[in-house]
Amino acid sequence: MSQRARRSRRLLTGLFSVIAAGYVLPVAVVVINAFKKNSFVKTETFSLPDAESFAGFENFVKGMTFGNYPFVKSVLYSLTITLLSVGLILLCTSMAAWYMARVNNRFCRMLYYLFVFSMVVPFQMVMFTLSKTADRLGLNTPWTIPVVYLGFGAGLAVFLFSGFVKSIPRELEQAASIDGCGPIRTYFHVVMPLLRPTMISVGILEIMWIWNDYLLPYLVLDRNDYMTIPIHIQYLQGSYGAVDLGATMALILLSILPVVVFYLLCQKHIIKGVAAGAVKG
Amino acid sequence: MTKKRRTRGGPAAVGRYWPVFLLPTAAAFAIGFLWPFLQGIYLSFCRFTTTSNATFVGKENYTAAVSDPTFIHSFRLTALFAVVVLAAVNLIAFWVAYVLTQGIRGTGLFRTVFFMPNLIGGIVLGYIWSVLFDGILRVYHTSILLDGRFGFWGLVILQCWQQIGYMMIIYIAGLQSVPESMLEAARMDGASRWQTLVRVTIPNLMGAITICLFLTLTNSFKLFDQNLALTGGAPILFEAGADGTLRTIRSTEMLALNIYNTFYDQGSAARGVGQAKAVIFFLLVAVISLLQLRATRRGEVDQ
Repeated sequence: MSQRARRSRRLLTGLFSVIAAGYVLPVAVVVINAFKKNSFVKTETFSLPDAESFAGFENFVKGMTFGNYPFVKSVLYSLTITLLSVGLILLCTSMAAWYMARVNNRFCRMLYYLFVFSMVVPFQMVMFTLSKTADRLGLNTPWTIPVVYLGFGAGLAVFLFSGFVKSIPRELEQAASIDGCGPIRTYFHVVMPLLRPTMISVGILEIMWIWNDYLLPYLVLDRNDYMTIPIHIQYLQGSYGAVDLGATMALILLSILPVVVFYLLCQKHIIKGVAAGAVKG
Repeated sequence: MTKKRRTRGGPAAVGRYWPVFLLPTAAAFAIGFLWPFLQGIYLSFCRFTTTSNATFVGKENYTAAVSDPTFIHSFRLTALFAVVVLAAVNLIAFWVAYVLTQGIRGTGLFRTVFFMPNLIGGIVLGYIWSVLFDGILRVYHTSILLDGRFGFWGLVILQCWQQIGYMMIIYIAGLQSVPESMLEAARMDGASRWQTLVRVTIPNLMGAITICLFLTLTNSFKLFDQNLALTGGAPILFEAGADGTLRTIRSTEMLALNIYNTFYDQGSAARGVGQAKAVIFFLLVAVISLLQLRATRRGEVDQ
């Protein structure tokens, strides 16, 4: 490598370090302000807390019961909804995708195109009718809303699973059936283990979607009883002015902390999942 | 008996198991998508406050929707926003991806940092940035909620901050799949870096470029959470209509938020119009997606 090339590389590393620092600034602002007293968040947004403005963990304590709704409840509902929905989506859509690829009659092909079609439909198109339908069928609780997520989110999952199922050699399944396995055992013992990498990719994409989703749960869930983290944060912002900014920053910090940890732990899978899901459009 | 045994796992035998394999997904799909979609199309031709009291009114809602100044305003705003974000995100993301595939020090760390905003939801991001922008604008005795231009460019910055990392990942995957032998051949022929980039790398990347262009385009059109949390459409402008009535326009309200507000903010009388707007919105997004499909197909033939 020439002297010049090496210098320009070092320059690029320096430049990117500066950009990266700018990139984490918003998160840094959240961390700084979570420990500041309310009145200082607006006036000294970018300065570190000093002796006068430092609030310790007061904001976190206050935030827990802020807005007459315990934050812990929102966290638990978010967790419940995300885990149940993603589990249901992974199990049901992978089975459906395998079935449609293997049976491949006219009905299955039509259904497949409908799934693909649903990927291009924006949520606003169905938000009113979907929330009414969900309400009528009792799908408005954290334990039943996964059915709504399965229905509205099936398109992408089926599409991604189908792409992979087609590449599984049929010989494996035939061998299993000669050994006396019925379709159900064949699926769970032969196909599902092969689908594992795709399951991780689809799972990551669905987690990122459902954990952060705001409008669907906001319209579908019974608002007085159930909140998720995004609904909770938006609810607090709705009362802007009267709101305790320090406490809100503390809650935001608490809500992005698990996400950042999850990201750092599963970074490789997440990035692979995004690259795989990029075809969706 | 032997014949039956042999076909146990074959298509015919699998076919009988539809209640286990297909029914759960298909039923949820009917509830969560098909029925609401069809009902939504029907209701766009109706006057209604709830799904059970609809009366058919023909294309009245569509006429009202396309002549609604707030809808037209939000359409223009969204289109402008989409173009600005499309150009900014893709140019920067491509450049970042290009640099990060040259093996400079800290590549892994930079990639981690740039992608991170995608993990955080739109509502939380919007809230964080509103505090951030107000912290800056406060020095000039103003706020992001007081000027539509601030809201617009604030949203552009937010969207770039979030999307660059995502598109960077796709561009990196594309750049890594450019055959090393072609780059080697270009080098042997004495091509400069710039020539190699334009003549070899970019033509090999058309797939990734198409995906990223359309992804940023549809993401901008569908943007809702960030719009709601950052400004919520503020500030509200008052302007006199042709017939002398006072109209209100939310200056930073994009299409998705406009539809939402027509449904839930203007009282239930306007819901038919809201649904008609939603159908128009859907057609718009669908056309963009169809164009993408065609572009992708053509790219495949070219290669």
